[in-house]
Amino acid sequence: MNSRVLPSYSKAAKSAFPYLFTPLFLIAFVDSWRRAEVNPLLFLEAEGRNNLWKFLTGMFPPDLSANFLGLMFRPAMETIQISVMGTLIAIVIGFPLGMLGTRTFSVSGVLNEADNLGSPTRRVWGYLVYFGARAVLSLFRSIPEFVWAFMFVRAVGLGPFPGVLAIGVAYGGMLGKVYSEIFEAVNDRPLEALQSTGANRLQIFFYGWLPQVLPNFISYTLYRWECAVRASAVLGLVGAGGLGQQIEISMRMFNFHEILTLLGILFIMVATVDYISAKIRAVL
Amino acid sequence: MEQYRLEKIVKSFDRHQLAVGGIDLAVQRGERIALIGPSGAGKTTLFRILNLTLRPTSGRLSIDGSRVEHLHGKKLREMRQKIGTVYQQHNLVPRLKVIHNVLSGRLGNWSTLRSVVSLVRPRDIELAYDALKRVGIEEKIFARTDELSGGQQQRVAIARVLLQDPEVILADEPVSSVDRSLASTIVKLLIDISKQTGKTLMVNLHSVELALSYFSRVVGVKHGTTVFDLSSDEVSDELLEGLYSGHLPENEQDVSFDEQPGTPFLQ
Amino acid sequence: MNGSPAETKPKAVPWPVQEEASHNGLANYGLFAALIALLLWSYHGSEIRLSDLFSREGGAQILAYVKGLFPPDFSANVIREAVRGTLETFAISFMGTLIAATIAFAMVFFASRNLIYSGLLYELEPKHGWSRALRMVPYLLAKGLLNFLRTVPEMLWALIFVFIVGLGPFAGVLALGVHTGGVLGKLFGEVLEDVNQEPIESLQSTGANRLQILFYGILPQVLPQFISYTLYRWEVNIRVAAVLGFVGAGGLGQRIYIAISLFLGNQLLTYLIFIYALVTVADYLSAYLRRRVT
Repeated sequence: MNSRVLPSYSKAAKSAFPYLFTPLFLIAFVDSWRRAEVNPLLFLEAEGRNNLWKFLTGMFPPDLSANFLGLMFRPAMETIQISVMGTLIAIVIGFPLGMLGTRTFSVSGVLNEADNLGSPTRRVWGYLVYFGARAVLSLFRSIPEFVWAFMFVRAVGLGPFPGVLAIGVAYGGMLGKVYSEIFEAVNDRPLEALQSTGANRLQIFFYGWLPQVLPNFISYTLYRWECAVRASAVLGLVGAGGLGQQIEISMRMFNFHEILTLLGILFIMVATVDYISAKIRAVL
Repeated sequence: MEQYRLEKIVKSFDRHQLAVGGIDLAVQRGERIALIGPSGAGKTTLFRILNLTLRPTSGRLSIDGSRVEHLHGKKLREMRQKIGTVYQQHNLVPRLKVIHNVLSGRLGNWSTLRSVVSLVRPRDIELAYDALKRVGIEEKIFARTDELSGGQQQRVAIARVLLQDPEVILADEPVSSVDRSLASTIVKLLIDISKQTGKTLMVNLHSVELALSYFSRVVGVKHGTTVFDLSSDEVSDELLEGLYSGHLPENEQDVSFDEQPGTPFLQ
Repeated sequence: MNGSPAETKPKAVPWPVQEEASHNGLANYGLFAALIALLLWSYHGSEIRLSDLFSREGGAQILAYVKGLFPPDFSANVIREAVRGTLETFAISFMGTLIAATIAFAMVFFASRNLIYSGLLYELEPKHGWSRALRMVPYLLAKGLLNFLRTVPEMLWALIFVFIVGLGPFAGVLALGVHTGGVLGKLFGEVLEDVNQEPIESLQSTGANRLQILFYGILPQVLPQFISYTLYRWEVNIRVAAVLGFVGAGGLGQRIYIAISLFLGNQLLTYLIFIYALVTVADYLSAYLRRRVT
């Protein structure tokens, strides 16, 4: 009847992205392989295999002697303590900075307030505070907690305290960023509704804002706490308290059976923390 | 010989929920039937038994004279391929392009290798184009499926059934999520296809109006059994009242059996 | 699932009994008290001496230390080492995350309840106790293994791999790969379990076989999420890769360790700047790619 024009798949609108990305990816792959000295054959070579075997066999049976376990009690407890305090400080740092780093707080104001108050200087200040808070959080976050720990050990000495500070600062940065995302996602309709009933700011805060924010807030903070337990265990490697120190000693002395025990202890701690988190979450 | 024969089909979930409690039904080749009844009456379960994605707990199901309740593996798939289904919603894979969704109707015929290759470079474009033309949205052939409206997606689902080229078309509330004017268009489309190709058509409908206007045979289902099975002019208001009694008219309950969980915040 | 034959008589809903409420309240108080106890105990054990931090003497010490880091050492040697370290850290995180994604992807089909346990939709409705139990085994094994990989901290993995394959970035790659593999495996598993069933059932009705359903129905749904999570972990892994150097696994971490040990504050500052830059760039890149994928 009439001429048939069949759409061509190859001419259909496609993005250029895959064509740009793939070669870059391949280049990164090849370069990284070389640079990171990746060598899977190492496992097949005699030395690699030997070491692997030594390690695996050395782990069993784990050192469950009363002596060793007793020795590990204090560091294990310390690890938990560091994680708790560290997370607490992280909240103390992250919450206010997170709030300041929320656009709706510092810049535009929740509930159309900025329109009512908006003088230009106020806006500028708002932006300064906003970007400033974000930059600080970014700085805290970007420096790995290990490095913080190392520096704090130099500043306040050995022991659990530098570990607490390190986690506090580094995790404060992480918590702050996620907090600001949670805060920005707050739905302002219920808040408006409350405002229209004549509620004051504090009431709106408790009735409208807090209930929206709390679930995600608690959920993420508990998740961070679980990460903090593992991080605290490791910070001991630089002398910041907890199990880490013992891990280093055991590895140095090739006492792999001790390592297995330590792993077990770590496992139990994380599982406990997991359990407690779940309980707390269930309550809310 | 009848195409479909159901005898005392019963389906219960977990010993407690009786979804279908003893249905007898016989369908001839090329017939067009509408099923009506309140939500939760067991119509969708019945359809899933008919398209062989659910096995009945007891009873006999025969297609073209042979028993099918116990089929599995390749034979089951071959039988499934002969039955095409249009669901109320979410027939299609949202992230795939329309053409892949349409072509997926042929999966029963293609080898696995061919189907995977087709994802990269689609084959049988002409077939898909013709089907999309038949349902009126050929210009969307390379668009991403989730960019289409609900009504357009339903048409893509019908195009897919066209490609599957089954002997039976089942449509489970195909127009409940679509606005009224579009609904009659889609129902008419299905009926036209059935008339032109001689395929059997069974449609589950929410709207009694649509059922009575377009279908000559209407089956009423309630509480998992057939309440009546008549020609549309024999369906009286009393019968309808009896069918829907205890339910609000135009009950908006959606028969969706999967909950969409929220995405975790770690995005 | 599809609804049962509807009940026409709605049941009367009783008011919540008062006893229930107070029972809950007691448990809440208990939990609250336990929380306070935990905090106090932790405070005591952490030997927190905030006074040290904020005291004149302590504060002065810290200030002096920070001052000593400036100005950063931008000599050619140091810059060269910093650049090399940065590229090495990038390489470690890149390869490590790739290995992790591979491990996770391979394991995920065993570690997700719906695929191994009940099969696709109703195909393998658990009929006999036997096959059910049998299919639980690979599921539990896979989940257990991923759990193990996840719980051991990257640092410890790094120590272990330094022992097995020697010092250098390869140990870091393996440590990252293995640990992150466990993390991604868990995340991937959740995505897989949450996959949208309806399009899959719809595909099944056309007579597609399981592999076809996998490619047409499951993968298009889960791959974008998989990639998104992988990119997110890569972002995290840049920081981790940086510190693995402390135990000899190469990258910027190794250089930072040396700088701190030799009291080379200015070099340390340079390396810190480079880490900050690297992490920031990686964050932006990761966010950009994640946006494109979803």
